[in-house]
Amino acid sequence: MATVMATTLCRYPAWVLITLLALVSGMLSTAAHADSSFDQSMKLLAEKSFKKKAEAVQLLATSNHEKSLEMLQAMSRGDLYYHKKTKAIVYAEKVDGGYQIKDALTGEDLGKVGKRKVKKVAINNKLRSKLTQAMASKQLGADSAEVRLQALESMLSDISADSLPILQGRQKLEEDKDVAEVLAVAVALAQLEDKDEAVRVKALKALDGSLYPAVRIKVTKLVEKDSSKVVQKAAAKVVKTIESRVDLFGNLETLFFGISLGSVLILAAIGLAITFGVMGVINMAHGELIMIGAYTTYVVQLLMPNSIEYSLLVAVPAAFVVSGLVGIAIERGVIRHLYGRSLETLLATFGISLILQQAVRTIFSPLNRSVETPQWMSGTWEINSIFSLTLNRLYIIAFCLLVFFVLHMILKRTRLGLQVRAVSQNRQMARAMGVRSEWVDAMTFGLGSGIAGVAGVALSQLTNVGPNLGQAYIIDSFMVVVFGGVGNLWGTVVAGFSLGIANKVMEPWAGAVLAKILVLVFIILFIQKRPRGLFPQKGRAAEG
Amino acid sequence: MFTRSILAGDRGGQIMLGLLLAVTIGVTFANQFLPIDHALHVPTYTVTLLGKYLCYALLAVAVDLAWGYLGILSLGHGAFFALGGYAMGMYLMRQIGDRGVYGNPELPDFMVFLNWQELPWFWQGFDQFWLAMIMVMLIPGLLAFLFGWLAFRSRVTGVYLSIITQALTYALMLAFFRNEMGFGGNNGLTDFKDILGFSLQSDNTRIGLFIASAAALAMGYLVCRAVTQSRLGRVSVAIRDAETRVRFIGYRVEKVKLWIFTLSAVLAGIAGALYVPQVGIINPNEFSPLNSIEAVVWVAVGGRATLFGAVAGALMVNYGKSYFTAAMPEAWLFALGAIFVLVTLFLPRGVVGLFQKKSEKQQEAG
Repeated sequence: MATVMATTLCRYPAWVLITLLALVSGMLSTAAHADSSFDQSMKLLAEKSFKKKAEAVQLLATSNHEKSLEMLQAMSRGDLYYHKKTKAIVYAEKVDGGYQIKDALTGEDLGKVGKRKVKKVAINNKLRSKLTQAMASKQLGADSAEVRLQALESMLSDISADSLPILQGRQKLEEDKDVAEVLAVAVALAQLEDKDEAVRVKALKALDGSLYPAVRIKVTKLVEKDSSKVVQKAAAKVVKTIESRVDLFGNLETLFFGISLGSVLILAAIGLAITFGVMGVINMAHGELIMIGAYTTYVVQLLMPNSIEYSLLVAVPAAFVVSGLVGIAIERGVIRHLYGRSLETLLATFGISLILQQAVRTIFSPLNRSVETPQWMSGTWEINSIFSLTLNRLYIIAFCLLVFFVLHMILKRTRLGLQVRAVSQNRQMARAMGVRSEWVDAMTFGLGSGIAGVAGVALSQLTNVGPNLGQAYIIDSFMVVVFGGVGNLWGTVVAGFSLGIANKVMEPWAGAVLAKILVLVFIILFIQKRPRGLFPQKGRAAEG
Repeated sequence: MFTRSILAGDRGGQIMLGLLLAVTIGVTFANQFLPIDHALHVPTYTVTLLGKYLCYALLAVAVDLAWGYLGILSLGHGAFFALGGYAMGMYLMRQIGDRGVYGNPELPDFMVFLNWQELPWFWQGFDQFWLAMIMVMLIPGLLAFLFGWLAFRSRVTGVYLSIITQALTYALMLAFFRNEMGFGGNNGLTDFKDILGFSLQSDNTRIGLFIASAAALAMGYLVCRAVTQSRLGRVSVAIRDAETRVRFIGYRVEKVKLWIFTLSAVLAGIAGALYVPQVGIINPNEFSPLNSIEAVVWVAVGGRATLFGAVAGALMVNYGKSYFTAAMPEAWLFALGAIFVLVTLFLPRGVVGLFQKKSEKQQEAG
């Protein structure tokens, strides 16, 4: 401490001189901003001592010289050098046999100098965090509210009592609501270092329930370190609320992941709920129909490379048609001959699934194809600093509900739906009433297959599109349908969401694979208990 | 005498077993006593390949017992096969002793690699051949018994049962992929050195394993034949055709199903145990649902509910697989898929059905 004082005192005359010079030069030229602290900082930057440089940073932070932010940024990037002799701060670029240097302030070209003539303004970790702070506090004055918000958030992690004046000054001016909120947190954080016990307690009150990680860390420290018992107690209380809120949002996040996984499962299974559930056909090629939908997306994107944004809107109907047609072909070609022999249907459709897989391998290569995600689907929706939802998952959930709703409407409100239900309940009677049961069979199967294709479009946004895409989902899909109860769309939805959530709830303590195994084992045991699923179909149709 | 009474009226079985005997003796002779440049010499590679086919054939017989005679289409028999294989693999791992890469006399290489300090409890005793052999039958049997006990009691039938057997083997596959399970994870068990003191690389051991596979197939066939000819077998066929009626008559349907399913699983386990030393590796891919379904196709191709048909189907399809995967690898899945579709559509009774139809017509005429 003493040595620092001594050197500061020794340098004092020089400072005065410099300040005077600066003042004079400022009066002489209107171009250069008259700012003593700025020029002083430029001198300090050329010092070796990190402490001096820290002072310089502090000065730059409070200076309102137009170049001060630029200097800070250049310094943190490591672009700043100083000339050993003139102590001028320069930008340097490596050229043969030395550096090409430019004055950092005026941008004037100072020519080429030898390697030894300039030295980098070195920074260490402590200085780096100071720099970040300084830049952030500079940006607090930015015009854009977004920049201010970002600056504030990056400041939070190492805020100290020193920044209090800046923050409070800013608080008076701030108009944006979001920024003001974070500002209040920042001010309170700074006030935690206040000497007055009452101020600290008041600050703690302001921080109650705040979710920024920085708040949690700082308040947790207070619980043990603070000199006052009252503050300790208040801090402990704040930590408790923060922790319970963090837990709450953690649980919400798990729930969100679970719902998102559940909607993927539902999308994959809902076509099966039609073909297996309503028609009673075991279609082992269902997964491959999903895969065809995913590949349709890929092809659509190939065909319209310049408008990826809209490609999904085209891909959904395209996949529905392609998979639906393949499905109708399968029904007319094979399944039609095997009605009433479900085990044989299972084998034959499995054969079809192998053929489709190999066909895709031969046509598109066995490697995974990449399907692009449109801009509007990527990104996150940040609700607070620890809880954010990815947009593509949100879209998938919405899409899943939409598909379910449309399908439900088709089955309940259209003529086709009426006929489908009639045939599935009593084929003979339906025929007697003039329903063309064969045509209904083909259409129903086409509908289920088309929905599988639509699911493929959604899955192409989440996983790799490859020949094995379908295989990965077929067992899960069957599990969802069987668990929910055959012939019951609502059952499929409930089953999908509950399996998805169960999976994600178990994942943190069991690991992803074990969670999946446990879910499978649970379903196997559940089927033993209730062979007809969660919501069994009642009446005679169930006996078939 | 006993054998003859079992095989009475089973022309196909007689032919099959006769051929099996002839091939076993012939191949052994041709491999051991004919010089290498002789036209009829059978290389050891082919012997091992044949031995592998025979293991598949035994698995097919097991599947046929459950599907053909009991009506349970199990899409999870590959799991029993693989469990038997793993039990054998564990014995073979312990036989490596300190010849592994890390030279640890107690622990297999992968455990050393995972920094395990001692052998897990379920690996204890697997250095004893007799215990390993008991486990080969006990573990698949026990799993089938438990699974069947739960499933049959609650009357899960038909496609539901098929789907949950598939889920079972899928769950096991996922489980065995985990390193924490203690079965070598992804890589499975491999690098075997010898069995009962005989080196697995030597021709003599390979011939021995081939003969053992043939013997196991013959025994398995006779056991299944005996069961299907017994009262139990007749009830089982009745259950296949009209389960509810059999139950109403007063038979304990669950018990019949349980015993036959368990027996079938034990046979599959034995097949797996013989398979592993011949191919030299067992890994979780053996649990993959595709393998189980392939086994069902062998039976479908050969002919359901004719045990020798299952054997014939397994040999034919696997020969086709070896041929296609070597000659045109692209075409194999197309061919397999086509077999699935065509056999179910046009040959519901398999290849054997073709011949039977003819002889039945002759009988009717005569």
